[in-house]
Amino acid sequence: MNKSIPESHGDVAPGDELGPADVPHAIRGYLVGLALATLLTCVSFYIARTELVWQPSIPIALSVLALAQMGVHLVFFLHITSGPDNVNNVMALAFGLLIVVLLVFGSLWIMLHLDHNVMPMERLMQMQR
Amino acid sequence: MSAGVDTYPGGVAGGGLTRVGGHAHAAALTEEPEHGASKRIVVAYGFWIFLISDIILFSALFATYAVLTDATAGGPSGRDLFELPTVAVETACLLLSTVFCGFAGIGAQVRRNALYYGSMAATFVLGATFVAIELHEFATMIEAGAGPSRSAFLSAFFALIGCHGLHVTAGLLWLLTMMAQVYAKGYRADIRRRLLCFALFWHTLDIIWVALFSLVYLVGVAPR
Repeated sequence: MNKSIPESHGDVAPGDELGPADVPHAIRGYLVGLALATLLTCVSFYIARTELVWQPSIPIALSVLALAQMGVHLVFFLHITSGPDNVNNVMALAFGLLIVVLLVFGSLWIMLHLDHNVMPMERLMQMQR
Repeated sequence: MSAGVDTYPGGVAGGGLTRVGGHAHAAALTEEPEHGASKRIVVAYGFWIFLISDIILFSALFATYAVLTDATAGGPSGRDLFELPTVAVETACLLLSTVFCGFAGIGAQVRRNALYYGSMAATFVLGATFVAIELHEFATMIEAGAGPSRSAFLSAFFALIGCHGLHVTAGLLWLLTMMAQVYAKGYRADIRRRLLCFALFWHTLDIIWVALFSLVYLVGVAPR
């Protein structure tokens, strides 16, 4: 075997090239991701309609499941992993997530307070009754 | 030629070069520069930054939707409008298409026509099915008098889901372009870099859909 062909590294980062021998392994990676994502999706759809759990916990459970599934997609489909060649991709993602969290939770926080503070007088009186 | 690549910020490489293992390999394989990351890694990084900005765009639309969920102006709410079986089919279409898109990337890297064209065609059919179902859902809602002008909730809903639908539609056009480019030009290094960007785009759309089906549709119908 010619030594100039790099060995298979197990995990394949976005910048890598595959050899023909890596194909079954790469396909298996996507299938594992598909299985995990399907499982999480089914649990989400089940939880949304179930009466088994305390009802107010359902939106939080759905958010956690969604986060988990996004993680599965990032690792198995986008190949954003903790490997040394992925540091910049992960840093960019972390910064993006910071902005997303600020935007979503900041908007909700401010708008809910505003909603409460500038509530029409009749509604305020209804609430205090 | 390596001088041009050297002008990229040094940090872009990450460990890209070290993991390829020796400059000789790299140069022999893909016209690699002596220093810095391979063009493939730099292109993927740049496109990843664009995708993150796209995710931030969606998070702004999502924040708007989250603030306006209860602003139904006496009209229908998500509980009255969302049909979970439809959403489940849409989710399955997009998830399977993202896996086939991954297969297409593998096919292009090992230059197997059957795997590449077959997977791209499957990705297209599943993606087109998704768009068709979504358009049908929109049409049904508008016919029932629940169009984007009915309430602030529905304006935000159509903006958010419609923006994702437009992204998928643009992705479908890009997909056809990539099939034509590989057909006309073969698996050239630059074509495979474009294909890599397309795959990243398509996978990211599915990640955004995960947030949408969980936090818009499922939370929308969940009991409070």
